[in-house]
Amino acid sequence: MSAATEVSGFVRRVTAMVRKEFIQLRRDRVTFATMIMIPLLQLVLFGYAINTTPRHLPTAVFVHENTGASRAILAALKNTAFFTIDHEPQSEAEAEYLVRSGKVLFLVEIPAGFERSLRRGETPQLLVAADATDPVAAGNALSSLSGIVTTALKRERFVDEAGSQPFEIVQHRRYNPAGTSQLNIVPGLLGTILTMTMLIFTALSVTREIERGTMESLLSMPIHPVEIMLGKIIPYVAVGIFQGVLILGAGMLLFDVPLEGSLALLSLATLLFITANLATGYTFSTLAQNQLQAVQMTFMYFLPNILLSGFMFPFAGMPVWAQWLSETFPLTHYLRMVRGILLKGASFADLQTDFLVLIGLMLAAMAIAVARFRQTLD
Amino acid sequence: MSMPGPEVAIEVEGLSKKFGDHVVVDNLTMRVRKGQIYGFLGPNGSGKTTTIRMLCGLLTPDAGRGTCLGLDILTKAREIRQHVGYMTQKFSLYTDLSVRENLEFVARLYSVPHPEDAAQEAIKRLGLEGRGKQLAGDLSGGWKQRLALGACILPSPQLLLLDEPTAGVDPQARREFWAQIHDLAADGLTVLVSTHYMDEAERCHEIAYIAYGHLLAQGTVAEVIAGSGLVTYVVEATREAHTPGATLAAIGKALADDPAVAMVAPFGVSLHVSGHDAAALEAAISPHRTEAGVVWRQETATLEDVFIDLMQRSKDNMS
Repeated sequence: MSAATEVSGFVRRVTAMVRKEFIQLRRDRVTFATMIMIPLLQLVLFGYAINTTPRHLPTAVFVHENTGASRAILAALKNTAFFTIDHEPQSEAEAEYLVRSGKVLFLVEIPAGFERSLRRGETPQLLVAADATDPVAAGNALSSLSGIVTTALKRERFVDEAGSQPFEIVQHRRYNPAGTSQLNIVPGLLGTILTMTMLIFTALSVTREIERGTMESLLSMPIHPVEIMLGKIIPYVAVGIFQGVLILGAGMLLFDVPLEGSLALLSLATLLFITANLATGYTFSTLAQNQLQAVQMTFMYFLPNILLSGFMFPFAGMPVWAQWLSETFPLTHYLRMVRGILLKGASFADLQTDFLVLIGLMLAAMAIAVARFRQTLD
Repeated sequence: MSMPGPEVAIEVEGLSKKFGDHVVVDNLTMRVRKGQIYGFLGPNGSGKTTTIRMLCGLLTPDAGRGTCLGLDILTKAREIRQHVGYMTQKFSLYTDLSVRENLEFVARLYSVPHPEDAAQEAIKRLGLEGRGKQLAGDLSGGWKQRLALGACILPSPQLLLLDEPTAGVDPQARREFWAQIHDLAADGLTVLVSTHYMDEAERCHEIAYIAYGHLLAQGTVAEVIAGSGLVTYVVEATREAHTPGATLAAIGKALADDPAVAMVAPFGVSLHVSGHDAAALEAAISPHRTEAGVVWRQETATLEDVFIDLMQRSKDNMS
């Protein structure tokens, strides 16, 4: 055989193969859709939603005196894009609750007698408590705070234009005073690793039965879809608990992650979170035609989870639509809970909103899965 | 339709199923009496599997109605499943579970009391002793089939639906399999079995032949053959023929296009020539009856002749 015919044969065979692959790809609508959706999703999420120098950080201002200076500071803080003043607590307990429950990232406290001290040139203290469980979010905003307040006070003539900074900012980095990123990352990893593994386990479970042909047998036997679902979820709850203990144990041993809150509460949150993810994965399994599609759906879902939940980038820095989207991810709520319990010593009362939403998400996923489960081969 | 009596296991009327625009089962009506072995025959893609799946509630019929064990197939699918054993065409037990684990799983799903004991008993009955711990996926074809049947009858069903249970199984295993089916039927179990094998069809009490979604013939083997109205002649090459193959081929070729001849099929050193009109067929073959090296005789049509004829006629009707 001549070299030319050998080459043309090679080209023909490769072309035939390429053609076949394209035909199969075109027939597999879900794969095709993910091919388009993953890059688009990445672009939109990275481009619009993620902001490593976040603005509009939820902040509470606790004003102990009603004076011109404190009003000037409040107005200035409200005017900047860095902070959003959502709360003006009236008591110490309320202020404390806002920080511990994660409703605000900053608590600015203007003490009584601030203006008088200012006028006397006594360099009064402005107290700022920052939730440092997310060091990235806290850092940038803190550094801009003194500038904002100084400008405001100078503009309102409380202090001289030329003088040095007339007050002192006392910063208190709560929960993670050293700003150690491991304290932020380890609880976050607990959530993301569990999300990934739990989703994959159940996402494959129904499609595997269909692909192997065992589903036909299973469906011909007297078992209800809810029973199949529970039977497939429960074993992985045990796996998830084992993984959780492993990650947390390693985190405590290697990175000195503290456990400020209750272990029972953490276990309950983790159990709910694991189940919610397993139910979500199971839902994918009922939607996908085969195992490949199930894996692709899992990745489609996992990507925004990682990017928007507050694991990688500050939650507070995202636009509102992205925040709302991420509220539908169990991971977002779990991160708040696990950071709250581990680092802040948060109680059930502090986290009850996240608990309720997580339960809601879990039940919704289960309901969709059972409704979608094909009891026949139609 | 009258209420099915207690002696009826399956009774369906006007059952139809479409996939997209393709009609797979068209207006199928049949009745299977209890304790019978009912053979379900037809070419590939004729709707056998679809019909079986509709009977056990795995597919929803587009039209028609019927009962399985006196339970409505449209509304009582769950109850039907409790009393029906369905053996799928493709091995559908868990290949990554052992023989024992598979049987125990089935026993538990059907709430069989003492599932471990039931599985052990099934293993013994199946002759699978010593293989209980073997993975089901590692079994040979014949043993897989035996295990699948064992799993089907473990929960003591009243009706067995077997979809081509002996495909790819050796003759010895097939014979044993059929012996077991007859034992089960003798105990009162109803068996609906689909197959391609003519010898298996002849082991059934009654048969139904479907092609392209239509039920074409139904009854005992003798009834189906008689009902076909097919007249068959066998031409056999004698020892005097120098080239028996060529001689028969020439006769076959000459007759194939004759309108009186429905079909010509070679069987070793003989040829089956069949037609519907006895007189016309006789006229057609008469020039060849005197040829040297062959002998002609009239025989009863075989079941295979009947089925191929039915299939061809139904294909002609469709086009």
